[in-house]
Amino acid sequence: MSVILLVEQTLNGLQFGVMLFLMAAGLTLVFGVMGLINLTHGSLYMVGAFAAAAVAARTGSFLLALVASIAGAAAVGTIIEMAVIRRLYSRDHLDQVLATFALILILSEGTRWLFGSYPLFLDTPPWLSGTLMLPFGIEYSIYRLSMIGAGLCAAAGLFWMIARTRIGIQIRAGENDREMIGALGVNISRLNTLVFAIGAGLAGLAGALIGAIQSVQVGMGEPVLILAFVVIVIGGIGSIRGAFVGAILVGLTDTLGRFALPHLFALFMDASSATSIGSSLASMSIYLLMAGVLLLRPRGLFGAT
Amino acid sequence: MDRETGLNLALLGVMLAIPLWAMAADEPFLVTLTTRAVIFAIAGIGLNVALGFGGLVSFGHAAFFGVGGYAMGILASHAQGYMPLIEWPILVEGTKSMPVIWLTAICASALTAFAIGALSLRTAGVYFIMITLAFAQMLYYFAISWPAYGGEDGLSIYLRNAFPGLNTMDPIQFFAICYALLLAVLFLVARAARAPFGLMLNAARQNEDRVQAVGQTPYRLYLVAFTISGAITGLAGALFADLNRFVSPSMFSWQTSGEIMVFVILGGVGRVFGPVAGAALFVLLEHVLGGVSDYWHIYLGAILLAVVLYARGGIFGILTGRDTANG
Amino acid sequence: MADPILDVRGVSKSFGAVTACRDIDLDVRPGEIHALIGPNGAGKSTLIKQVAGGLAPDSGRVFFDGQDVTGLPTAARARLGMGRTFQISSLAMEFTVLQNAVLGALGHRGGVFRFFRPAMKDAGLLARAREALDQVGLAEFEALRTSELSHGQRRQLEVAVALTLEPKVFLMDEPMAGLGAEGSHRLMAFLDSLRHKAPILLVEHDMDAVFTLADRVSVLVYGEIIATGTVDEIRANEQVRSAYLGDEALP
Repeated sequence: MSVILLVEQTLNGLQFGVMLFLMAAGLTLVFGVMGLINLTHGSLYMVGAFAAAAVAARTGSFLLALVASIAGAAAVGTIIEMAVIRRLYSRDHLDQVLATFALILILSEGTRWLFGSYPLFLDTPPWLSGTLMLPFGIEYSIYRLSMIGAGLCAAAGLFWMIARTRIGIQIRAGENDREMIGALGVNISRLNTLVFAIGAGLAGLAGALIGAIQSVQVGMGEPVLILAFVVIVIGGIGSIRGAFVGAILVGLTDTLGRFALPHLFALFMDASSATSIGSSLASMSIYLLMAGVLLLRPRGLFGAT
Repeated sequence: MDRETGLNLALLGVMLAIPLWAMAADEPFLVTLTTRAVIFAIAGIGLNVALGFGGLVSFGHAAFFGVGGYAMGILASHAQGYMPLIEWPILVEGTKSMPVIWLTAICASALTAFAIGALSLRTAGVYFIMITLAFAQMLYYFAISWPAYGGEDGLSIYLRNAFPGLNTMDPIQFFAICYALLLAVLFLVARAARAPFGLMLNAARQNEDRVQAVGQTPYRLYLVAFTISGAITGLAGALFADLNRFVSPSMFSWQTSGEIMVFVILGGVGRVFGPVAGAALFVLLEHVLGGVSDYWHIYLGAILLAVVLYARGGIFGILTGRDTANG
Repeated sequence: MADPILDVRGVSKSFGAVTACRDIDLDVRPGEIHALIGPNGAGKSTLIKQVAGGLAPDSGRVFFDGQDVTGLPTAARARLGMGRTFQISSLAMEFTVLQNAVLGALGHRGGVFRFFRPAMKDAGLLARAREALDQVGLAEFEALRTSELSHGQRRQLEVAVALTLEPKVFLMDEPMAGLGAEGSHRLMAFLDSLRHKAPILLVEHDMDAVFTLADRVSVLVYGEIIATGTVDEIRANEQVRSAYLGDEALP
């Protein structure tokens, strides 16, 4: 295997990891502040992708499509938070899982009803197509590089918001002591809706960005949701920093595993069984990573012990 | 006889009467539909051992349902292709015998549940939910990417497996087998729930400190409960595969885990008979709503949402006026 | 003097920069009630957890019945004979009173991994459970759901469950808390007779109770035991007066 290929795959892993972070950040924030396990997060990712595809088809503008993905997912997030989710904060995790599972059914089938069962396509814009020459003769897709850039910007913005702004202070206070922020005169109910909407917007953005290199279809969100769960279990639930580290770890492990394991097995077995065994194992690699972290640190890398 | 016992018996009676009537009226489809409900009920009873009695919110029971299904698929596919399963160090042949397949499915899913449980039970609460979900997803992707047994396409079995003295291809006879297994599982679970194990497990769900203070270790109770739970759901998986004569990775999917959970919730958590009512209602809704609209999952979602928000005891809770079965 | 049944030697515990326990020595001898008192936040609960299990000390050892139990989990210590009652009632609230007592008898007897015969029809378990309920005066309430018990009755049930374990020592974390005057007196009379069955390490806020019941008293302040002695010695101790009791008059 060549070094160029390895660098390329590492960049792919990074890109995947950054997108996973956009998903995981919302999940972990919502859990940290409201104590809610939110399965609808995958649906919000899907809503973002569909909103982007619809707007791109109408206007032809990719930037408008991205804005639509954030706005669409945040709007749907706000609606379901106000209609259903806020009744769940005081409930146990079982109720939360079931109610948000019910919401997945409604949102998925609702989307299928609106847009049909066939996948939509969201094209990367011409100004982001093609490849860029990196040092050492490495060619890499401009769009994927932009995804890494956009994801990192969103991550930086999120970290800045939590560290520096009034809302960030309230979020951190909410994670530590829910009663106290009520006593401080913060409107908790509004803060919850806002946090939920921010998480939804990030998920929607991730859906649109990934939708442009894959297809936009019903059911696209849940596999990513489960990966995001793996990410926050590894990172430690409630920790944004943990979500970032976990996301990059999972992204790299998955991508590099798929790339390297078949090559590795080819060293001592025939090509076709190496491919099948290697890819089967690769499909399990991140879960094995999760199992390993659980053995060593049951509360995740950055979780409170 | 209190009201709940009466409801339980009525439920079992109806589930027996429908296929008998359907057979007389020559409606084999209804027999198959009821068989489906019976098998789902067994899967739900399995999950209920962990979820209802132990308070372990597993969102990954598709893992055991799938392992049970694939145990059947692998054994039967080797038997129908006359290919030995293992040649070395000892020769192991595939089989078309239901009892052998059930035993294999139970052991394989128990082993899987033990391994997943041993890891996942190191955590609790929301971690446990996510981790069980993730491990089931791992098996899902493994089933897709492992080419030997059909990969993404799954495995077809041409003839339903055999049970001594019965013609399993006859819907009513296969129903009888599943119904008998349902009764056996119900009986054993009801006994276990009242036995020392059930009492201590139930106490652990309510208060782990209490269980430790009387000298017992919650982790062990949970692990045994989770293993039994997985084994029962695995048996249901093998029966489901036999019903359809087909296994595919979708048995491992997160939707399957969610649906098994829905059986338990619709009926009423922590009641031995809850999943039976829940599974019956689910199959009924699937059939009726599925006939009304292609988008019947919207209605299912709305009903589930209403149950979670407003009727926490499920059907049994509504009918008996009590949320839980204790006391 | 008899050898102590429970012996805490040089136990220290800190959480970050906060020292919860510093070099604690404490023992409980057969036949006595040893009271542990101290102001809120003195580290009583932290200490009890290190004795009963659930919290590992940074240094020091805990000996029980001649055995080093420092590294043992809570369940193992309970099986060795530590009967604990909790500050905040830790009962199975959905169970009946009798079920909670049977739970204790079952935990003590073992054989939990049995799956067929109903636990509530096991004559041996029932007899032991009813005997314990009878001793604390809850026999007539055995069919009541635990969540329907009054606060004081829950305390009594905690003690009854501990009794089913036939412990070699009782660890009681504020058993009087929240009891009315009458309830306190009844429980005090019962504890008074209990000490001959097994000694009691009693963490208690109620000074009347402590000074009436205790054979010895240890005073914990800011994570350190500043004095151990008989009731009279503690009453007379200047350090205790100034450090803990302030200007309040001692009973």
